[in-house]
Amino acid sequence: MSADHTASLEEPTRRDFLYIATGAVGAVGVAGFAWPFISQMNPDASTRALASIEVDVSAIEQGQAITVKWRGKPVFIRNRTDKEIEEAKAVPLSDLKDPIAENANVASDAPATDVNRSAGDGKENWIVMIGSCTHLGCVPVGTSGDYGGWFCPCHGSHYDTAGRIRKGPAPRNLAVPVYAFTSDTKIKIG
Amino acid sequence: MSAGHSTYTPTSGVMKWLDERLPLPRLVYDSFVAYPVPKNLNSWYTFGGILSIMLVSQILTGVVLAMHYVANSGLAFDSVEHIMRDVNYGWLLRRMHASGASMFFIAVYIHIFRGMYYGSYKNPREVLWILGVLIFFLMMATAFMGYVLPWGQMSFWGATVITGFFSAIPWIGTSIQDLLLGGFAVDNPTLNRFFSLHYLLPFMIAGVVILHVWALHVSGQTNPTGVEVKNIRKDTVPFSPHATVKDAFALVLFFILFAWFIFYLPDYLGHADNYIPANPLKTPTHIVPEWYFLPFYAILRAITFNISIPFTDIVLIDSKLGGVIAMFASIAVLFVLPWLDTSPVKSANYRPLYRQFFWIFAVVCVGLGYLGSRPPEGIYPTLSLILTIYYFAHFFIILPLLGWFETPKPRPASIADAVLAQSKTNGKAAAVAQPAE
Repeated sequence: MSADHTASLEEPTRRDFLYIATGAVGAVGVAGFAWPFISQMNPDASTRALASIEVDVSAIEQGQAITVKWRGKPVFIRNRTDKEIEEAKAVPLSDLKDPIAENANVASDAPATDVNRSAGDGKENWIVMIGSCTHLGCVPVGTSGDYGGWFCPCHGSHYDTAGRIRKGPAPRNLAVPVYAFTSDTKIKIG
Repeated sequence: MSAGHSTYTPTSGVMKWLDERLPLPRLVYDSFVAYPVPKNLNSWYTFGGILSIMLVSQILTGVVLAMHYVANSGLAFDSVEHIMRDVNYGWLLRRMHASGASMFFIAVYIHIFRGMYYGSYKNPREVLWILGVLIFFLMMATAFMGYVLPWGQMSFWGATVITGFFSAIPWIGTSIQDLLLGGFAVDNPTLNRFFSLHYLLPFMIAGVVILHVWALHVSGQTNPTGVEVKNIRKDTVPFSPHATVKDAFALVLFFILFAWFIFYLPDYLGHADNYIPANPLKTPTHIVPEWYFLPFYAILRAITFNISIPFTDIVLIDSKLGGVIAMFASIAVLFVLPWLDTSPVKSANYRPLYRQFFWIFAVVCVGLGYLGSRPPEGIYPTLSLILTIYYFAHFFIILPLLGWFETPKPRPASIADAVLAQSKTNGKAAAVAQPAE
């Protein structure tokens, strides 16, 4: 190896600097140019505009449920029977595949007890959940499956009467959206 | 076989003039007229030609259908019915396109299994095989997006489930799903982009097909003996008329089957639920993909358990991610097949053990397809898991080991020897059956 070559390895020349600088600017340029083409695919302003809806639940008797549409997805609102609540309460947390409540209205690490899944103390008969299976997004069918709760017909996920995943490929309990009772008969979702 | 010099001689002055400027006629002549093909190719080798014609057919009918279809969630379903009822010959064109997709997959599966039986993926054809798997993958993406366009119940929920695969990716999964859908659920933005991509991808497939054929013409075709061509004069025949006529004959038979589906069983391979307009609030009770995705769907559903560190509660891969990984791996494994099969012998005709395992594998694939069509209850998920394990064992255990333990049968010295030996043992019958070879 010539002395000349060794020197060039040790000491970068101006040309090396220009190569690297040009390459760097080029890479930034390509990334900057590509960004709008990728970003346009994300949800647009009209989709993102977070609409909240208000639902009158006065007509829902115990044992009945309705499905409303919120942000393009179904939301289940169920007035549970006492038997369903008892069944859900009897389940030890150690039996649960997902022990987290997955409820946007309580702490993010709250345990998946029945009360944490429902509308809370005094309103434990109400359960409000996004009706989108946490596996691949099908809509589960109510009052069916091995645990008397919801059953997803697509890939066989069984949820119990508190919407907790018990069997099948789904990883998480059905998500509870942000909602609140604005009066005794009205729920505001979102 | 690319070694052979071009034998093209322009006959007229115009062709001579063109040959010196753009030798396109020379390329066509060398590739599809004089190109030497092994003289012992059987009927299973005609599906490459059938597939190219099917690609042309799908692009042709698709371009025409796009003139009448409306990619809008409020109008899509009705515009498809408009094509079926009002557009002149719309019923024919749509059925050609819809049944054509199924015929395309029938042909591609036969083509792939033929490649596996005769070891077509082995040295020096690895790149040829990888390009083929890439085409298969693009075909699946195209077919899936095409199935969403009629905006029926199966379209909508198929799109929901398949884009849901991406939500299994840890941390960024949901953001990727939103990016693909253009919203928080499948809706009009999803339909619009799927239409755009469904129109684009076939042309990308056509591009990879050109590379696939190029790679084929560099390494030359395999043949049922797996012995490479040694003497072009003795072992091969020119592509035209031998292969062209044979391919054309197979194409006619294939088109009879195609026509039978178009005219007599147009909806046989589809689902009745797709004649119900998409409803975001209700999933069909029994949701299944098109038949050509069923084996992969069965593999997806087979993983119903979390994979944890033993004796702890720490979940490494949850059941959802596990299913998605298994499903993508079942396709990705095809890319590395050339390096998993350790046997230097190509054709299964000379590999007594591999030949049996090949057929078991074929039955397992059909079995997975059957299980994919069943509801995910009772014995079916367990059976799916057993067949899924076998599917991967075939690639990762059986194929690598067979190369070591199997004693192959003696191979013929050349293609010409094999052909002559066969006509001797079969006597006149073989001579009559294969007059052109």
